[in-house]
Amino acid sequence: MLFFSGADFAQQVVSGLSSGGVYASLALAIVIIYRSTGVVNFAQGEMATFATFIAWSLMNHMSYWPAFALTCLIAFAGGVVVERVVIRPVEGTSVLTIVIVTLGLALVFNGASSWIWGAQVKSFDSPFSTRPIHVAGVAFSIQDIGIIVVSLLLVFALWLFFQFTKVGLALRAAAVNPAESRFVGIRVGWMLALGWGIAAMLGAVAGMMAAPVVFLDPNMMLPILLYAFAAAVLGGLDSPLGAVVGGLLFGVVLNLVSAYSDFVGGTLKLPVGLVVILLVLLFRPQGLLGHTSVRKV
Amino acid sequence: MRRLGGLWELIVAAALVPVAFLVPHLVGDFRLFQLATVAVYFVAILGLAILTGWSGQISLGHGAFMAIGAYTSAILVFHHQWTDWLTIPVAGVVAGVAGLLMGIPALRLSGLYLALVTFALAVSVPSLIKKWESQTGGSSGLFLNLHSNAWLYRTTWIVAAILYVAAWLMLRGKFGRALRAVRDSEIAAASSGINLALVKTVAFGISAFYAGVAGSLLAITAAYVNPNSFPVTLSIYLLVGLVVGSLGGLLPLLLGAAFIEYVQVYASKLAPEKPGLPTLVFGAALILAVFAVSAIRPLVDRWHTVREQRGPAAVEET
Repeated sequence: MLFFSGADFAQQVVSGLSSGGVYASLALAIVIIYRSTGVVNFAQGEMATFATFIAWSLMNHMSYWPAFALTCLIAFAGGVVVERVVIRPVEGTSVLTIVIVTLGLALVFNGASSWIWGAQVKSFDSPFSTRPIHVAGVAFSIQDIGIIVVSLLLVFALWLFFQFTKVGLALRAAAVNPAESRFVGIRVGWMLALGWGIAAMLGAVAGMMAAPVVFLDPNMMLPILLYAFAAAVLGGLDSPLGAVVGGLLFGVVLNLVSAYSDFVGGTLKLPVGLVVILLVLLFRPQGLLGHTSVRKV
Repeated sequence: MRRLGGLWELIVAAALVPVAFLVPHLVGDFRLFQLATVAVYFVAILGLAILTGWSGQISLGHGAFMAIGAYTSAILVFHHQWTDWLTIPVAGVVAGVAGLLMGIPALRLSGLYLALVTFALAVSVPSLIKKWESQTGGSSGLFLNLHSNAWLYRTTWIVAAILYVAAWLMLRGKFGRALRAVRDSEIAAASSGINLALVKTVAFGISAFYAGVAGSLLAITAAYVNPNSFPVTLSIYLLVGLVVGSLGGLLPLLLGAAFIEYVQVYASKLAPEKPGLPTLVFGAALILAVFAVSAIRPLVDRWHTVREQRGPAAVEET
C-alpha cells in the first residue's frame, strides 16, 4: 500500500503504542534483572504467562481489578522465591550458567502452564471495552488507550519507588556497586530477590494486558518476549528509561512496518525483532540510552 | 566437558559397534524408530558440543540450523525428486554455510548477546518458513519417502558414527586445541598466534553442518516436515541434552540424546492428556544438571590440582 490517510496512520501509531506499552513493561522487567544480576532472564515471558493463567483462574471467583491486584502480589512473591531457590545457587558463576538456568526456568513454567491449564487457547477478559472513540475523525479503541495508560502509570509508580524510597535507593545501590553496598549494610542478596519480584510483577501486568489481545495460551508470551528483548536492546540493556522508550518505539515501528509493507505483513513480524536485535548489537551495542561498557583485559 | 576423552573413548565407542549390529535382532520395530531419533539428536548435540562445549560460544538457535537442513532435504526430494539419503551431505553444507554467515556477526557478539541473537533466530525461523510457501509448502509442510524402521535405524546410526569419529579426530588435533584456547581465554589464544575470527567462524560453520545433517535425518525419519517441527524449545532441548551428557568427552553425549528422546516417550505414555509434562521435566533436569555440575566442578578442579602436585605425569590430563 503506497498511499495512506493521516487518520489511518494516527490509528496505527496509537495501536503500536498500545502493544509498545506491553513490550515496554516486559522490557523493563528484563532491564531490572539485567542491571542487578548481569544476565537476561529468558524465563521472563513464561513467568508472565504463568501469572496470567493464575489471574484467569482468579477471575472465575472475583471481579477484574481485585484479581489483577492479587495476581501482582502472587507474581511478586513468586519472583522472590524463584530468585532465592533457583538463581541464588548459581549466583556469581558464569553468565552462561545463569542463562542456562533461566532457560530451564522457562521450560518449567511453560510446561507447568500447559500441565495445569491445558494447551488450548482461552479468552481473557479486558477491563477496557474495544469500542472505538472518535477524536478529530480518527478512531481509537478504548482498550489501546487503556493499555497505554496502565503501562505508563506502572512505569511512573516504579520510578517514584526507585527514586524516592529508601528501599529503592538500596536496590539501585546494590545494582551499581554490590561490594560497597554490603559495607553500608545493604543486604545485597535480598535486593536481588526484590528485583526479581518487581520484574515478575511487571511481567504479570504485561501478560494481563496482552492476553485479551493475543488470547491466553502457554506460548502466548514467546513473540512478546522476543519483541521485549528487541525493545530492551534498542533502548540499552542497562537503561530503564531506555526500555520504556525502546518498547514504545519498537511497538510503533513494528506496527507501521507490518501495516504498510506487504512483504513483512503479518507473517514476518518476528524476524523484524531479530533484525532489530542484530543491527543494534552490531552497530550500537549500548542502545539508544544505555552506557558504553568497557571491558578490562 | 572440560577434557576431551582420550583414546579410551574411541575404544568404548568401537565396543559399541557390535552392540549396534545386534540391537535390530533384539528389540521391537518401533524401538528402532525411537533409536533412530536418538541418533538424530546425537548428531545435533555433537554439533552443539563443538560450538558451546569446545569454543565457548552459546547457541540457542541450533533448531534453526536443523530446520535449514531439514528443508534442504525436503525441497530436494519433493520438488527435485532426489534420492533422500543423497541429500544428507547437501543439507549439511547448506546449513554449514548459513552457520558461517551467522558466525560473522557472532564474532562481534559474545556471551549474553550471542544468546539473545541466536534465541531470536530460533523464534523467527518458523515464520520465515511459512513465508516462502511456494518452496516450503507453508504450514501444510512437505512429505518425504517412507522407509522401514530398520532402514532408518541403519542410516541414522551410520551417519552418526561417521560424524562422531570425525568430531573426535577434529577435536583431538590442532583445531580442537585452538577451540579450547579460545574458550578459556580469547586474549591468551590470540597472543599465541591463533586466528580468533577464523577459528570462531569455522566452529560456527562446522557446528551448523552437524545441525543441518541432524535436521535432514529428522526430516527423513519423520518423512514429513512442517514449520512447527522446529520450535524454539527444540533448540533448548538440545542444550538440555548437551548439559545432561557433559561428563567429559563426546561419547557421554549419547546419554543426553537418549534423555531427550525417552523423556518425551515416557512422559507422553505416563500422562497422555497432559501436554506440558516433558517440557516441565526438561526444565527441571536442566536446572538440576547445572546445579550438579556447579557443585561438582570445584571438587573436580581440586582433584586435578592434587594430581598435578604429585607429579608432572598428570599435567596433560587437565
